[in-house]
Amino acid sequence: MASLVYGKDGRLLFTKEMKAEYTILMPQMLPVHFGMFRQLLVLEGYKVDMLETNHRGIVDEGLKYVHNDTCYPALLVIGQLIDAIKHGGYDPHKVALFITQTGGGCRASNYIHLLRKALEKAELSFIPVISVNLSGLEKNPGFSLTLPLIRKMIYAMLYGDLIVNAANQVRPYELSPGDADRLVDVWQGRLIDGFQAGKGMDRKQLRENFDAILADFAAVPVSQEEKVRVGVVGEIYVKFSPLGNNDLESFLLSEGAEPVVPGLTDFIIFKIFNREVDVDIYGGPWVKKKVCQIFKHYIEACQKDMIAALEKTRFRAPSTFEEMHQLVHGYLGDGNKMGEGWLLTGEMLELIHSGVPNIVCTQPFGCLPNHIVGKGMIRKLKDDYPYSNIVAIDYDPGATKINQENRIKLMLANAKALAKKEQAREPVGAGI
Amino acid sequence: MTLRVGIDVGSTTVKVVVLDEDNELLFRSYERHYSKARERACETLASIEEMLQGRDVRLMVTGSAGLGLAKAAGLDFVQEVYATAAAVDAYVPDTDAVIELGGEDAKIIFFGGALEERMNGSCAGGTGAFIDQMATLMDVTVDELDALSLEHEKIYPIASRCGVFAKSDIQPILNQGGRKEDVAASIFQAVVDQTVAGLTQGRELKGKIVFLGGPLHFLLGLRERFTDTLQLDADHAVFPQDGECFAAMGAALCATDREARPYDELLHMLQESRDVSCVVDTMPPLFQNQADYDAFIARHDASAPPRLDIAAYSGDAYLGIDAGSTTTKIVLIAPDGGLLYSYYHSNLGDPVAIVLGQLKEIYAQCGSRIQIKGSAVTGYGEDLIKNAFSCDLGLVETVAHYRAAAHFNPDVDFIIDIGGQDMKCFKIRNGAVDSIMLNEACSSGCGSFIETFAKALGYDIAAFAKLGLFTRRPVDLGSRCTVFMNSSVKQAQKDGASVEDISAGLSISIVKNAIYKVIRAANADDLGRHIVVQGGTFHNDAVLRAFEQELGRDVTRPTIAGIMGAFGAALAARDLHLAGSALLSAGALEHFSHSAKPVTCGLCTNHCSLTVNTFDSGRRFISGNRCSRPLGQEKAELPDLYRYKYEKLRAMEGKGLGNGSRGRIGIPLGLNMYENLPFWFELFTRLDFEVVLSPVSSRKLYIKGQRTIPSDTVCYPAKLMHGHIEALVEAGVDAIFYPCMSYNFDEKSSDNNYNCPVVAYYPELLAANMPDLKKTRFLDPYAGLHRPRDYERIGSQWFADTFGIPRKQAVNAIRAAYQAYDLYKQDIHHTGQRYIDEARAKGLPIIVLAGRPYHIDPEIDHGINDLITSFGFVLVSEDAVAFHESYAPRKVLNQWTFQARMYDAARYVCQQPDMQLVQLVSFGCGTDAITSDEVRSILEQGGKLYTLLKIDDISNLGAVKIRLRSLMAAMEERERHGD
Repeated sequence: MASLVYGKDGRLLFTKEMKAEYTILMPQMLPVHFGMFRQLLVLEGYKVDMLETNHRGIVDEGLKYVHNDTCYPALLVIGQLIDAIKHGGYDPHKVALFITQTGGGCRASNYIHLLRKALEKAELSFIPVISVNLSGLEKNPGFSLTLPLIRKMIYAMLYGDLIVNAANQVRPYELSPGDADRLVDVWQGRLIDGFQAGKGMDRKQLRENFDAILADFAAVPVSQEEKVRVGVVGEIYVKFSPLGNNDLESFLLSEGAEPVVPGLTDFIIFKIFNREVDVDIYGGPWVKKKVCQIFKHYIEACQKDMIAALEKTRFRAPSTFEEMHQLVHGYLGDGNKMGEGWLLTGEMLELIHSGVPNIVCTQPFGCLPNHIVGKGMIRKLKDDYPYSNIVAIDYDPGATKINQENRIKLMLANAKALAKKEQAREPVGAGI
Repeated sequence: MTLRVGIDVGSTTVKVVVLDEDNELLFRSYERHYSKARERACETLASIEEMLQGRDVRLMVTGSAGLGLAKAAGLDFVQEVYATAAAVDAYVPDTDAVIELGGEDAKIIFFGGALEERMNGSCAGGTGAFIDQMATLMDVTVDELDALSLEHEKIYPIASRCGVFAKSDIQPILNQGGRKEDVAASIFQAVVDQTVAGLTQGRELKGKIVFLGGPLHFLLGLRERFTDTLQLDADHAVFPQDGECFAAMGAALCATDREARPYDELLHMLQESRDVSCVVDTMPPLFQNQADYDAFIARHDASAPPRLDIAAYSGDAYLGIDAGSTTTKIVLIAPDGGLLYSYYHSNLGDPVAIVLGQLKEIYAQCGSRIQIKGSAVTGYGEDLIKNAFSCDLGLVETVAHYRAAAHFNPDVDFIIDIGGQDMKCFKIRNGAVDSIMLNEACSSGCGSFIETFAKALGYDIAAFAKLGLFTRRPVDLGSRCTVFMNSSVKQAQKDGASVEDISAGLSISIVKNAIYKVIRAANADDLGRHIVVQGGTFHNDAVLRAFEQELGRDVTRPTIAGIMGAFGAALAARDLHLAGSALLSAGALEHFSHSAKPVTCGLCTNHCSLTVNTFDSGRRFISGNRCSRPLGQEKAELPDLYRYKYEKLRAMEGKGLGNGSRGRIGIPLGLNMYENLPFWFELFTRLDFEVVLSPVSSRKLYIKGQRTIPSDTVCYPAKLMHGHIEALVEAGVDAIFYPCMSYNFDEKSSDNNYNCPVVAYYPELLAANMPDLKKTRFLDPYAGLHRPRDYERIGSQWFADTFGIPRKQAVNAIRAAYQAYDLYKQDIHHTGQRYIDEARAKGLPIIVLAGRPYHIDPEIDHGINDLITSFGFVLVSEDAVAFHESYAPRKVLNQWTFQARMYDAARYVCQQPDMQLVQLVSFGCGTDAITSDEVRSILEQGGKLYTLLKIDDISNLGAVKIRLRSLMAAMEERERHGD
C-alpha cells in the first residue's frame, strides 16, 4: 500500500504509487464537460470517479464540516466529497480528491484549504487532495497537468460547449423526448475515442467535428412551437451545477422555457485575459503578457470556429469573447476580475443583445463579486434596456426551492407578457 | 355570464374572491389558514355554493403556497406579483408604484416607464410574520401593537434586515425600560426601512403609490410610518378598500381567457387534492414509544435541587434574579442550595414590574423567619434591575450559568444554554471558563421562534412541543436562521407535512442550529463528556431528545433548567458572605415607582439612544450609554488607538502643502480609503488640489444613500459609501475620486495582497447605481499602489490624461505620497507602542481590536472602542502590532492585505501575557468566514481566549457587552488559577 508522503510545506502529497492504487474523486460542475474530462484522465492512467450524487445528506455533511457562512459552492463540493468518502462504498485509505483552484481575490481560491480543514475535522486527513490549476500552485509527484492533457481538455471543453449549446436548443422542442440526450452520449463517446487515437485535436478536425455534431442535432425532429428563451448566468458553480442550482435547467424546461446557458470557453478566455490585462493596468513583465496573448488567441480562434459552425445552421450562435468585451464598456473596467468579474455582466449584455432579455442571475447567498457584477449591474441594465427582465436568485442551504421557483415564475410571467407585447421588436444587437 | 374566481393562498392566509363581468366584487374572504391551507381554501369555496352552484366559472390560483395547491389539483396558476399588477392596472389605473406586504413577502411594482416588479430576496425575511413575531415578543396582539404605535413619541433605530436582528434590538430597549409605544412605532418603521431599502434598488418611489396586502390594510400605524417616510399626502398614498385581496382579484382577472368549468367539478378537484401529500424529507422519530419516553423523563428528573418549604423554613436565604431577554427568572435559596422559591415568567416587556411584584410576594412569604442576606442579578436587564432594587451584585450571565451547572455536576466540561433569544455555550477547562460561544445575531431567537410559531398555528408552546414527540416522520427543515426556517416550514406545509411532523422538525432544527452553526462541532467529542444543558428551551422534551440524538450521548438537564441563571446568581450572592443585603426592604417596595423616558444623548457623535429611568421619583438610572459622560462624569480617557487613527485621518483635508488652485477633489472616507487616504491626500494636495472629505459617517448619512443600494446583503461599511458619495455630490466638489483597487499595499506577510471583491470594485457599483453621480465628475480608475515603480509611470500618465498635469510633476507627487503613507504607518506603529508602554506602566490590560481599517469609523464600530476602554482596557488596532511578525504559512490561503494583518496580530498577541485580541467582523463579510476560524485557531493554540464581535447597522451593544464581560470574567478566572 502506498505510504503517506508529505511535502516541505507539510502538505500530504499524491504520489506515483497512489496513482496506481487510489481512486480519485472529482466533483461535477458541468455534466457533459466534466464527464469528458474524467474520461481523459482515465486515459492518462488515473482511476477517477465523478460524483453525481444529489441528496440532502450532501448539504448536511457540508454544514457539519465547513464554516456555515462560507459560500454555498464550497459547502456543496466539500459536502459531496465527504459524503462520498463516508457513504460511497470507497476504502477511505484508497481515495484521493480533486479540487480546482483559481487563485483570484475571491473566497473561492480557499476551497482547497477549506477542504483540508474539513478532512481534518472529519478525521480523514490521510486523504490526499490534488489541486487542479493552471497557476503552478501545489505540485504533486503522482499528478501532472501535462501540456498534451491540457490540450485535450481544452478541446473537450470546446466540444462540450458546442454539444451543450446545440442540445439546449433541441431539447425543449424534440418530438421524441430523450433524443438530444442520446446524441450527447453518442458524441461524448465518439470524441473521446477520437482523442485516444490522436484525432479531433487540430483546428481542421475541430471544424469537421463541429459540423458533424451540429448536423446530427439539426436532424432531430422538433416541433415549431414558440418558447420563451431564458438566459442563465451567475457564479460559475451554481450557474452550471444542477446540485448547486436545484436543477434550474430542468425547472425552466418544465415551465415551457428554453434555457440559454453561456458556455465555459468564455470563462477560460476571461481568466487568461485577466493576466494579460494586469500587465497593462499595474505593470509587469511583457513576456507574461505575450504568453497570455498567444494562449488566448488560440482559444479565441477555436471559439470563432465554433461560432462559424453554428452560424451555418439554424442554431443560435454566441458572440465572440471580444464582442462581449466591447459590450461591457461603460459598465465595468477590464480590471474587474475577481470571481466571474466583468464577464458576468458581459454575458447578460450579450444575452440581451441577442434577443434573450429574460435572465436568471444565479449566485450563492452573499457572493462577494456578485454584489458588484451581478446584482450591482441590474439597475443600469434596466435603465439602458427597459425591456430586460432579470431576476437575481440566491442559493444557499436554507433557501427553499419554493421561494426560488416563485421568483423565477414571476420573471417567466413577465417574459411571456413581454413576448406578446414586443413580438414586432427586432433584437437590438442583431448582426454585430 | 361567467363568474371568475381568484384564490390567493399565502403563507398565513387564504383569500378568495368572485368577480362578475364588470370586474365587480361579488364575494371576498380573508382568513388565516393556520398551516391548513388546502382545507381552508376548500371550505371557503364550498361556503359559496349557493352563489356558484350549477354554474360554469373560470378559476385561477395564486400565492406563495398556491403553487402546490394548483399543481396537486390540476388548476391554473399565476404568479402573485403578476396577478397584483393586473389588479392594480384594472382598479387603480394611474398608479406609479405599488407596495404590497404579505405574510412573508414584500413586493414592489413600478408602473410608468419600464414595468418593474420585485420581491424581497431570500434574506429579507417576513413582514407580516415579522410583525406577528414582534407582537408576541411584546405580549400584545397585533391590533394592540398598532394602537400603541400611534401614541409614539420617538423612533428607535431597529435593524431593518430581518426579524432576528430586530429582536435583538428591541429586547434591550424593552429591558432598559423603553416605552412600548415607541418600540411599536419603531417596529413599523423597521418594516418601512426594509421595504424601501431592500426593494427600490435605486428607483425612486414617487407619484401615486398604492399600498396592498393584509398588514397595510389592517395596521394604521404601519400606514402612518409609510406615508411619513415617503412624504405622501392623501392623494398620493392610496389604500384601496380591498387592498388585502388584490392578488386574489388579480388572479380572477387573469382567469378571463381561461376555460370555464362547472363549479362542482372545480370544487371536487380542490377537495381531491386536499389529501395529496408529496414526498417530504423526513428524519427518524424522536421516541419509539411511551416506554422510551418514560425512561428518558426519569433519567433527567434525577438532577434536582432539594425542595424546601418556604412556609416552614427559617434562617438565611439568598436571592437570585435572571432578567433575561424574554423571561424573568427568580429564585430564593437556602445556604445549601435548597430551593425555597422559584419563578419563571415572560417579562411581558416590563421586567421591573414583574420583579417588583415577585419581591413583594417573596417578602410576604418570608415573614420574619427568613432573612435575605444577599441578592444578585444577571441577564440582559441586569443593570436596570440592579439599580431599581439595589441588588448587591450584578454578574454576567455566562458566569452565572457556570456557577449553577457546577453545582449539579462539578465535572461539567461543557454548558449549553438555549434561552428565548440567545444561545450561550462554553467549555470548562481546569475549573475555568475556557472558550465562550454566543450565537451570532443571525441564528438567535430560536427558542422564541418555536413559541411564535406555535402561537401562529394556534397552540401554546407546551402543547405544540408535545405534538412532535411521537410522530413517525419529523420533517427535515434544515439548520439556518429562523427566517429561512419560516420558508422551510412553508414548503413542508405545501408538501403536506402535518403539524406534528413540523413540531418535531422545528425542535430538531433548533438543535442543529446550536450544534452546527453556533458551536460548529463536527462530533460529540468536540463538546465534552459532561454536558449540562439549560435554558428554558431545554424544558421542551423534544428539543432535549433531539439534542441527545444528534450528539449520540446522554446529557444532564437539571429539573430547574429554565432558572439556572437565577440559581447561579443566588449562589454568587451567597458567596459574597455579606452581613446583610442592600436589597430594597419590604417597606421601601410599598413606595416604589418607576418611569422611563427616552432621550438622545448629544454629548458626542455616537448619539446614543438613552433611556432615563427614574425610581421612587428620585433615584435615576441611565441606560443605553457607551461612556460615562451622560452620567455627569468626565469620559474616561484611556489610550485608544482607534480614536487616534480616526482623528488623524479626518484631519487629512484641505489644501495641505499645495495652494488648491486645481480645484476641489472629493474623497469618500470609507472602506479602503481608511487605509489609503494618507497616500491620496498627499498626492492630490501636492498637485494643488484641495481635498474635501465626505462627512462623518452617521445613520442619517446611511439613510441618505440607502435607496441606491442594489444588494441588501452586502456589508454595512459598503452600504455606507452611498451616503458618502451623495454628500460629496451635494458639497459641489469638482470631481469625486474613488479608485478601484484589486490589490492593496504588499506588506510581504501574506501569499497575495488582494482587497476583497467588494472593496476592490465598489466604485463601479456606485457609478452604475447612483444617478446623482451624473451631476459631477466621478473618477474611478484602477490603481495599483502595490507596484510603486510601475505606479509612478502609470499613475502619472493618468494624471496627465485626466488633468493635463506634467508627468514629471505627477511623478514627484507620487513619490511624496508613498513617503507620506510610510510616515503615517510609522506613526501608527509608534503611537501604538506608546500606548502599550503606557498600559504596562499603569498595569492595565491591553486589547488588540482586530478589524479592517474601516472599522475605526464610529458609525461602523458603534463606539465599541469607547466601551472597551470604559472597561479599563487600553486599546490598540491590529496594524499597530501586526508588523512585528514576518511571513509564516497559514492553513488558509492568506491572500488579502487587511486580513493578513489580523493573523499576524493574533500571532503577536499570543506572545504577550497582558494582551487579548478581540476580532471585529462586519455582518455579510464573506472573507471572515475564513479568517475568523483561522484567527480562533491561532489564538487557541497560543493559549489565548477568542472573542468575536459581529457588527452591523444596528447600534445595540448588548450582545457585545456580554461577550466583553465574559472575556473579562474568563481573564479574571485564569488569573486566579495562575494561568
